[in-house]
Amino acid sequence: MPETLVAPIEELTAGYYAARDDEAFCDELDGLLKHYVGRPTPLYEARNLAGTAGGAGGDVRVFLKREDLTHTGAHKINNALGQALLAKRMGKRRVVAETGAGQHGVATATACALLGLECRVYMGTEDMRRQALNVVRMQLLGATVHGVEAGSKTLKDAINEAMRDWVANVHDTYYLLGSALGPHPYPLMVREFQSVIGRESRAQILEQAGRLPDVVVACVGGGSNAIGIFDAFLDDTSVRLIGVEAGGEKIAPGRHAARFAGGSAGVLQGTRTYVLQDEAGNIELTHSISAGLDYAAVGPEHAWLRELGRTEYAYITDTEALDGFKTLARTEGILPALESSHAIAYTMQLIPTLKPGTIVLVNLSGRGDKDVQTVMDAMK
Amino acid sequence: MTRLEQTFARIRSNGHPGLVTYITAGDPDLDRTAGILRALDRAGADVLEVGVPFSDPLADGPVIQRATERALASGTTLSGVLDLLRTIRGDIRAPIVIFSYANPILRLGSERFADRARDAGVDGVLILDLPIEEADESRTMLTQRGIDTILLLSPTTTDERLRRAAELGSGFLYAISRLGVTGARDALAAGAQDMVERIRRVSDLPVALGFGISKPDHVREVGRWADAAVVGSSLVDVIAREGTSADLNTRVEEYVRWLKS
Repeated sequence: MPETLVAPIEELTAGYYAARDDEAFCDELDGLLKHYVGRPTPLYEARNLAGTAGGAGGDVRVFLKREDLTHTGAHKINNALGQALLAKRMGKRRVVAETGAGQHGVATATACALLGLECRVYMGTEDMRRQALNVVRMQLLGATVHGVEAGSKTLKDAINEAMRDWVANVHDTYYLLGSALGPHPYPLMVREFQSVIGRESRAQILEQAGRLPDVVVACVGGGSNAIGIFDAFLDDTSVRLIGVEAGGEKIAPGRHAARFAGGSAGVLQGTRTYVLQDEAGNIELTHSISAGLDYAAVGPEHAWLRELGRTEYAYITDTEALDGFKTLARTEGILPALESSHAIAYTMQLIPTLKPGTIVLVNLSGRGDKDVQTVMDAMK
Repeated sequence: MTRLEQTFARIRSNGHPGLVTYITAGDPDLDRTAGILRALDRAGADVLEVGVPFSDPLADGPVIQRATERALASGTTLSGVLDLLRTIRGDIRAPIVIFSYANPILRLGSERFADRARDAGVDGVLILDLPIEEADESRTMLTQRGIDTILLLSPTTTDERLRRAAELGSGFLYAISRLGVTGARDALAAGAQDMVERIRRVSDLPVALGFGISKPDHVREVGRWADAAVVGSSLVDVIAREGTSADLNTRVEEYVRWLKS
């Protein structure tokens, strides 16, 4: 982390610790999550999906945590609202954010519109092309979207540019980071704002299935939806926690974003974690059909939990993710985001290997409307 | 006395402001970097900062970002930069400071890096995204090999951290004159002098002030309160314009003489 950011980060850490101990702050966030975002989101048992998976399929129970049904259509709003409230509490009038798929950008633009904050979103031009609909949504919400031409023109480059903006404007600007990445306190803070997903899921599955799940599956880009749902189950050691990364075209440099499959320890953007890098320590380009998973580093808490042996990670290729997308659409009438389709596709592969009666909880982190064009192009 | 200490002692005794120059190694390629470094030395640059290109230069503005892209495109790595310095060290009088992001150094391994930096005759190392709190291991290895650890201070650095940097840093302290990324500006930052005076109150180490310096006036002005001015983006800009020309080294030399005028 550059020296210029040390003091702002210390200010942020102090601001966050004060806010989370403040009952009024927590009540305001809870109220917004309930009445504005639409929480709690449903937990839905996907019987048709389980039935099509083959093997013991029909006897395995699959539950989907429907984050796709939140206001703005993805889990990103949980964190964006929490941090936007914090920005306001800290007296900042301007918010900058990065976005990959555009879901975090839309969530941030939404929260800023609601709370009267100026909003500037940095987005790689490659992502602007493949998520054009979300660019318009952000603009309609009053945000300025700034295209980033550097590097691979995706999420990593957008984060660099958002950080440069923050460095230059720390006095009045809040950096609203969208994933469980970056320097402390971001990974902690983003996990805590997203942990509502796990808390709700745990209570809902106990009520609907009468017991804890055996497996929890979530896709992992930076890893905020995954850490959010895993968090409530970390102490339940009988529950397997599986993160699914983007295998892209194949596991070869520049063709994927599976950090645990092709990465090594490194430092990127203030985080020491698993990173895709070359021999000289330069960060490799990444590829995934889903913009939200297309990032060279994984959230540091995932790297740590994996080292402890508490979590496992797998990957799903672009083609498999597309199959997951189509299968969920046809069998359940739900269009998942391409990011979440990785978790669906992995679950489809996992089911035949499970014992009858096994319960799988999948985080359906976002809806797929934004991806329709990409899916159409891929099906040509 | 290290070479950096000798250099700043000389600057202080002769009363002229020192000039620290930054270039991105490998822009446009390492062969030409060798020529540029010799030209800078001939022109009287007091300290040569050699930037290691990194794929994600988040503290740099557009000029150094583009230089980084050109350097990476020409295949420049930290290892290649160290090999080059080792070859040309004997031709150059000025102290050489490696200016790098943390990841290339961690990838090479801190100890291996320190060994190779010593063998290449490097005088100081500045890792611009490694906070003081995490610099211990690297600093120990460099100190054992007689290499100075240069620390960065920004306008947002608290007095407490200034004091810590004054204890842990050596060679000189690098003060960033303004918030924001690297890049040439028309005027010096308003708080620059205060910043240097804040440092002077806690440290006797020489202070070099950088970010936004591009003219002889700036250098003279900075010299009134700091020991040296750092010129980066505007020099990199000269290299960008003259990179493929046969006059590259002459232009670089003229530019540095103009800055010192």
